[in-house]
Amino acid sequence: MSGPLSPPGLGAGFADPVGDAQRSFRRIMDAMARPGTVVEVGGAVMPPAPLMPATAAVLLTLADLDTPLWLDPISADAAGYVAFHCGCTVVPAPEQAVFGVFADGRRLDGLGRFAVGEADYPDRAATVVIQVAGLGTTGGRRLSGPGIDGEARLAVDGLDDGFWAFQAGNRLLFPLGIDVVLACGHRLAALPRSVTVREA
Amino acid sequence: MAEAATPVLDGYNFAYLDEQTKRMIRRALLKAIAVPGYQVPFASREMPLPFGWGTGGIQVTASIIGRDDTLKVIDQGADDTTNAVSIRRFFARTAGVATTTRTPEATVIQTRHRIPETPLAAGQIIVYQVPIPEPLRWLEARETETRRMHGLADYGVMHVKLYEDIAQHGRIATGYDYPVQVAGRYIMAPSPIPKFDNPKMDRSPALQLFGAGREKRIYAIPPHTPVKSLDFEDHPFAVERWTRRCGLCGAGDSYLDEVVLDDAGGRMFVCSDTDYCAGRRADGHTGEDAGE
Repeated sequence: MSGPLSPPGLGAGFADPVGDAQRSFRRIMDAMARPGTVVEVGGAVMPPAPLMPATAAVLLTLADLDTPLWLDPISADAAGYVAFHCGCTVVPAPEQAVFGVFADGRRLDGLGRFAVGEADYPDRAATVVIQVAGLGTTGGRRLSGPGIDGEARLAVDGLDDGFWAFQAGNRLLFPLGIDVVLACGHRLAALPRSVTVREA
Repeated sequence: MAEAATPVLDGYNFAYLDEQTKRMIRRALLKAIAVPGYQVPFASREMPLPFGWGTGGIQVTASIIGRDDTLKVIDQGADDTTNAVSIRRFFARTAGVATTTRTPEATVIQTRHRIPETPLAAGQIIVYQVPIPEPLRWLEARETETRRMHGLADYGVMHVKLYEDIAQHGRIATGYDYPVQVAGRYIMAPSPIPKFDNPKMDRSPALQLFGAGREKRIYAIPPHTPVKSLDFEDHPFAVERWTRRCGLCGAGDSYLDEVVLDDAGGRMFVCSDTDYCAGRRADGHTGEDAGE
């Protein structure tokens, strides 16, 4: 099946580019402003495997010709989809990217290579989408920091154990650091660089 | 106060801005949320009204607002002043969104220089119009230097400024745009709200977004984030107090405007927040000047 903006073989982007992007953005912003919140996005979006609808929704909402994108080797086949629907350049190295995608949370080679911003411009840091097998708000890790009233919980399946050590190091860089979006099917949660994560 | 349905203009994109501009602003907003209190540069557009009239706030609102939103716009607390009416009508025309003056009914509140008296709730977004986003600007004119000072959290000069206030006036004499520290890191200009409103920013359940159109900066405070007004142990931060109550609704807990009534010294004090005042009067509260 193809939507109005989807030639054969290129999946489907937003059916209503203006309205869908706005709704999707508000949910992504909600997730980023309140870490530990899991939101639903990307209802009718149909990206090619292995991209999940939530990952595609983030890119359709935020990526364009101003934002170089890095795709990990697993999701490299999605380059045509993002080039067509977002118009963004796919770059070969994480260092060059504004957005990054890891199709499998257990394979995060290169996560430490993204731009973390500069002391004078901490906003010049990448946003990285990591696809995982499960997201829940009961049990799991304990989150605290800006956007959280006391404490929030986030349980993540299918994420390399080394990620949490990386995340703790990323937190220490604050106000520098990358911002992470965890995507799972049509759902996503965000871990901005400001969040502190503790084990359950 | 419901406004007559305003016809939606043809020929403009939803909420006026083009989609690429919205994406650029949306990316800036996410970075602003991730680094609370830090001013993210953005490519501010020319708007159909001059810089200084709320173009930063309008661009932020245009980038977040959707068809299901209900918009409230206030100018110095009032829903019915020129700036508020114009901006509300702008979004009614270009986005066809519902508008309201009731604080609890609004999902997005754009404000010039006040925070509503009615406490904001989770899920609400308040967008501040900001003239000068850099709190250090009057102390250090060079942008390169203020950026470096923020980068190093080198804020001694701000405390010296507050100290000089005490040395000269016996107290911190800053009454509006009173500097705050967000989440223990960045010092931030809260926009020219009276310091009376500063405590409302602290751990607010609402998301707070700031847009400075002329200065091309966006910044944010996520919900539940500590916002501390700068002070000294022996000169703690305190808000203004009045010996009078609102002349119309009798409120003793709201920010009051002084209104000169004649040239013989006649004056009254009324709530700056018109919706709060009207709501209290609807609930049967009256002040001593009501009915005159």
